[in-house]
Amino acid sequence: MLGAAIIVLRETLEAALLIGVIAAATRSIPGRSRWITSGILLGFVGAGLVAILAGHIAAWFEGVGQELFNATVLGLAILLLGWHQVWMSAHGAELAANAHRVAQDVRQGQRQLSAILIVIALAVLREGSESALFLYGLLSGGEASRSSLLTGGALGLLGGAALGVLLYAGMLRIPVRWFFAGTSALILLLAAGMASRMTRFLIQADILPGLKSPLWDSSSVLPVDSVFGVLMHALAGYDARPAGMQVVSYAATLLVILAGMWWVRRSGPGSRH
Amino acid sequence: MRLALLAFLLIPSFALAADPEFTLTIRNHRFDPTELRVPAGKKIRLVIDNQDASAEEFESHALNREKVIPGKSKVPIFIGPLKPGRYPFVGEFNQSTAKGVVIAE
Repeated sequence: MLGAAIIVLRETLEAALLIGVIAAATRSIPGRSRWITSGILLGFVGAGLVAILAGHIAAWFEGVGQELFNATVLGLAILLLGWHQVWMSAHGAELAANAHRVAQDVRQGQRQLSAILIVIALAVLREGSESALFLYGLLSGGEASRSSLLTGGALGLLGGAALGVLLYAGMLRIPVRWFFAGTSALILLLAAGMASRMTRFLIQADILPGLKSPLWDSSSVLPVDSVFGVLMHALAGYDARPAGMQVVSYAATLLVILAGMWWVRRSGPGSRH
Repeated sequence: MRLALLAFLLIPSFALAADPEFTLTIRNHRFDPTELRVPAGKKIRLVIDNQDASAEEFESHALNREKVIPGKSKVPIFIGPLKPGRYPFVGEFNQSTAKGVVIAE
């Protein structure tokens, strides 16, 4: 049971932290809880489907299908997060500053939230389908009692969710003055970390070259299986032995999103006054 | 125990397939072989043949790789080029038994 709990916790952590950050970052957009909850539910349904179908569509997971699936899901999430980031840099400060907003803002906010819904659903789908595959495999193999596995799985899920809530609660304590910059920086790091992970999948599938691999080895300083390492991996895409290409994509994602934010702030249609 | 199972060239249609190929089998939540010797400095196509009914996750921090292998299926993972050395890996879903090491030399 404990084993199942730990595996599910590890798989859940990334998605849970992502949801915590996004929930904090969008707290000033009306109606966001509904969208976030729908995203989580959609992700769960998707993860369940992947796990149930995996046995039947094993061919789809054969070869490098799994890497392509993960890389596509991550790529989509990066695009949406990047867009969110750019949108928030144009409107987020206003949203946070004004208690009441014009209808236009709300409508734009809704469109924005649909992107958030997809990002969350994708994160839950990707992380959840692995947990589901693991539990489903053990259940169908009949190698452990159903109840202990399910209890373990549920505990792991709760643990992950609790960490997400903790992060959320912690972020809400950031003073308003720093809040926007803080959430913004975290989302940037999340997106860059996703880019690095996406690149790793593409290297693993032999679609991208690794360049120098590993570029460095910091596993003796901060191992990725230590508690802090796991957190840094989930939040900022930390990797103890990254391939050169991962570092390139990490930096490129940071630069492109930052450039987008800078650009809309400069040329935004009178968004500041 | 055979150390290196297979290293062959796949037939032309696939230009990238010139990478040497090695197979790791999973049976009863154990890897076979538990020590896999591969040439250093070359990209390797590692094929994992999961003969168990349940899924396994091949995970190696040293190799910086992770991949779920559904039950009763074979999947490739590209690793390397590696410096000479030992690269431990585990089956994350059954860590007490599923352990092994890639030795690049």
